[in-house]
Amino acid sequence: MKTTNKELSPVQQLLEKKYNSGFLNRSEKIIPAVLFLMAAVSVLTTLGIVLTLIFETITFFGDVSIVEFFTAKEWYPFSGTDPVYGIWPLVLGTLKITIIASLFAIPIGLAVALYLSEYASARTRKIMKPILEVLAGVPTIVYGFFALTFITPVLRGIFPSLEMFNAISPGIVVGIMIIPTIVSLSEDALSSVPESVRQGALALGSTKWETASKVIFPAALSGILASIVLGVSRAIGETMIVSIAAGSTPSASLDLTTSLQTMTSYIVQVTTGDAGFGTTIYYSIYSVGFTLFIFTLLMNILAQFISKRFREEY
Amino acid sequence: MENTARVKSEEMVSRIDGRLAKNKVVKGIFLTATIFTSIILIVLLYRIISQGAPYLTWDFFQNFASRRPEQAGIKAAVIGTLWMMSVVIPTAAILGVGTAIYLEEYAKKNKLTRWIQMNISNLAGVPSVVFGLLGLTIFVRVFGFGNSILAAGFTMALLVLPVVIVAAQEAIRAVPKELKEASFGLGATKWQTIYRVVLPYAIPGIATGSILAFSRAIGETAPLIVVGIPTFVAFLPSGYLDSFTALPMQIYNWTSRPQVDFHNLAAAGIIILLAVLILMNSVAVWIRNRYQAR
Amino acid sequence: MALTAVNTTKNNQSVQNEELFVYNTKNLNLWYGEHHALKNINLGIKEREVTAIIGPSGCGKSTYIKTLNRMIDLVPGVKTTGQIEYRDRDIFSKDFLVEELRTRVGMVFQKPNPFPKSIYENIAFGLKIHGIKNKQIITETVEKSLRGAALWDEVKDRIHEPAYGLSGGQQQRLCIARCLALEPDVILMDEPTSALDPVSTLKVEELIQELKEKYSIIIVTHNMQQAARISDKTAFFLNGEVVEFNSTDTIFNNPADSRTDDYISGRFG
Repeated sequence: MKTTNKELSPVQQLLEKKYNSGFLNRSEKIIPAVLFLMAAVSVLTTLGIVLTLIFETITFFGDVSIVEFFTAKEWYPFSGTDPVYGIWPLVLGTLKITIIASLFAIPIGLAVALYLSEYASARTRKIMKPILEVLAGVPTIVYGFFALTFITPVLRGIFPSLEMFNAISPGIVVGIMIIPTIVSLSEDALSSVPESVRQGALALGSTKWETASKVIFPAALSGILASIVLGVSRAIGETMIVSIAAGSTPSASLDLTTSLQTMTSYIVQVTTGDAGFGTTIYYSIYSVGFTLFIFTLLMNILAQFISKRFREEY
Repeated sequence: MENTARVKSEEMVSRIDGRLAKNKVVKGIFLTATIFTSIILIVLLYRIISQGAPYLTWDFFQNFASRRPEQAGIKAAVIGTLWMMSVVIPTAAILGVGTAIYLEEYAKKNKLTRWIQMNISNLAGVPSVVFGLLGLTIFVRVFGFGNSILAAGFTMALLVLPVVIVAAQEAIRAVPKELKEASFGLGATKWQTIYRVVLPYAIPGIATGSILAFSRAIGETAPLIVVGIPTFVAFLPSGYLDSFTALPMQIYNWTSRPQVDFHNLAAAGIIILLAVLILMNSVAVWIRNRYQAR
Repeated sequence: MALTAVNTTKNNQSVQNEELFVYNTKNLNLWYGEHHALKNINLGIKEREVTAIIGPSGCGKSTYIKTLNRMIDLVPGVKTTGQIEYRDRDIFSKDFLVEELRTRVGMVFQKPNPFPKSIYENIAFGLKIHGIKNKQIITETVEKSLRGAALWDEVKDRIHEPAYGLSGGQQQRLCIARCLALEPDVILMDEPTSALDPVSTLKVEELIQELKEKYSIIIVTHNMQQAARISDKTAFFLNGEVVEFNSTDTIFNNPADSRTDDYISGRFG
């Protein structure tokens, strides 16, 4: 070799040594394996969740008939003599809260998103962004406190027939909680419509509203729908606000002014109490958790489907 | 022909006023919604500060929970949260960054990888109370950690893991490929390139996203309740298998009592919680702004 | 014609010592998925010369130079056949680790790509990853490399400051210095001046002239005048083939192939 003829510098000597001893130390092979195991943890978490829910629910159905679970119109687990486990009142409770939250959050959320993306000055946007970030970062326990100690008393001042625990106050506050989700995802969708599309519509003499409603909004529709579905999914899974402000009475009535219980707040009620391990009540939280998991999973899959299926090509 | 054309355009012009008026009304409605949203936040903060601030005394930080509101304090909850986060942060950071490196740098773009990725985004949508059920079964019962710091910390770490992974993936993806080429071009191995070039460049981004995820873990209540963390604790933990309570649990406990005094204590607790979260968010924003210039 | 290249190689081989070739490419073919990007390349590259590779965009010249140190491996879906020998060792062989190849063969890229570290750390990087920790050796090598890249006088007072504070031309010379620190045998340059202003370009070209005393240099360039100014040999690539490979003088003054003539006289590309 040519290189052997001349004097080797210290660096070359050291490098030659390295070439002879081999480049790949063991860590180059071990590290990818270790990283793969780390990635496996999140898969195992999903698996853990699904298997936990399935097995404990199966145990539950050893005690309680599956027919009763789906058809009974009553959820009355704490009766010493004759407990009834019909999931419907808890599902209805969740639906009441979710619908009120959606009715509150969707119009406001979309209005804010449209204002920020189509009308607001850069300065307004700069002010609103952190406000929405803070709203998104407020823990739900704080929202629960706000619902119980502020919104409920205010509403009862207006409607004296409203009970201390009801569907309306926590429903509205869950709505407040999901507004940032809807705003930020919808605004992303709206502002990803290219500026040229906007200018094209404005150049034809459209007003800003006509541009927004007839061109931009339809173009961003899939992103907007996905944001709504994700917001609704969060409302379904919301726990603390309803545990604090909605009460703990499973109810099959459509009355919004009285105490109710959702799937999530039932789980909280049982786990704050002393339901011993191994009792039917203990296993019932898994059957409720499973039902809840299915609901939110379907919503998340729907959101992914919408944003994939209707992805706009610009 | 010419006449009808003129009539048409005149008609159009005559409609402009109405259209502009409509635009103005709609803009007004949207602006109102925006202002309303801001007002909600202001009212919320004002209520909590005016209720809780008088209770923020030195004793409040020094005392344990008590049946008498005037003697109740938040010491056990604050210390408990610190203990719990000392489990959450390393666990979620190591697993999150490791997973992100695997997915971005090592994984082949095949079905398995896409499936893992989809699994992570679905995990992010699972309600926190369901994570609580996982923790209750796996950590509390199967691993036998009981209602301990370790059980709660691992549960919370898994809860925020998807957020850390996604933040780390974005930060790693943003590393310019020219820098990686430079490193490979000098004979660096893959791991040397990741460790010496990719990670140093991505760390500010990873930190920003992770801090936001950790602040979520500090405020989450539902998983702690389900895992069985007690609310009334009058001692400090001395090890990771000890029982403990955390800030949101203490706030929940005070909120669910009927007496107004306890509600005020809850407000005081919330002020501390929010102060911690705002501090963490400011650090995240500071890091983001500091390193964005690159 | 491709034949010319092969003939030249053969003649040289028969007359001169084989060791003078740093790279010998034999029947190299390369595909990006379905796209046949390099077709039957045969090239012998001699030691301590500047070999320029010219040709229009998309002719495969960049692909070829990236194959020489296997940076092409980073592109997914690449397939090769044929051989490249670096000092008689097959670079695609399992026994020849790509890390060793890339240490022996340095590379300078289109855009200056210093690390977001200090000037000193940029140069020390290569040494450190190869396990050289001796501070004295590192410091000496940093100075030697910066001098070698004609950058020392400009930066000697601020070698611990960020490399991003340097001008584009200085950054590119820093990248060359970073290569020199590992005392490579060959330096591959992939359009090293395409992102630089004329003054910086001139400095880099002067540097290449100095470097050829000690190193074998293969440079891809879009700029024909540059090839004419600095190279000893020139290969003209077109549509993934070597049209002509000869002394730079011959290529520019007396090309054998009409397509070479068309390209250097600016009729296409």
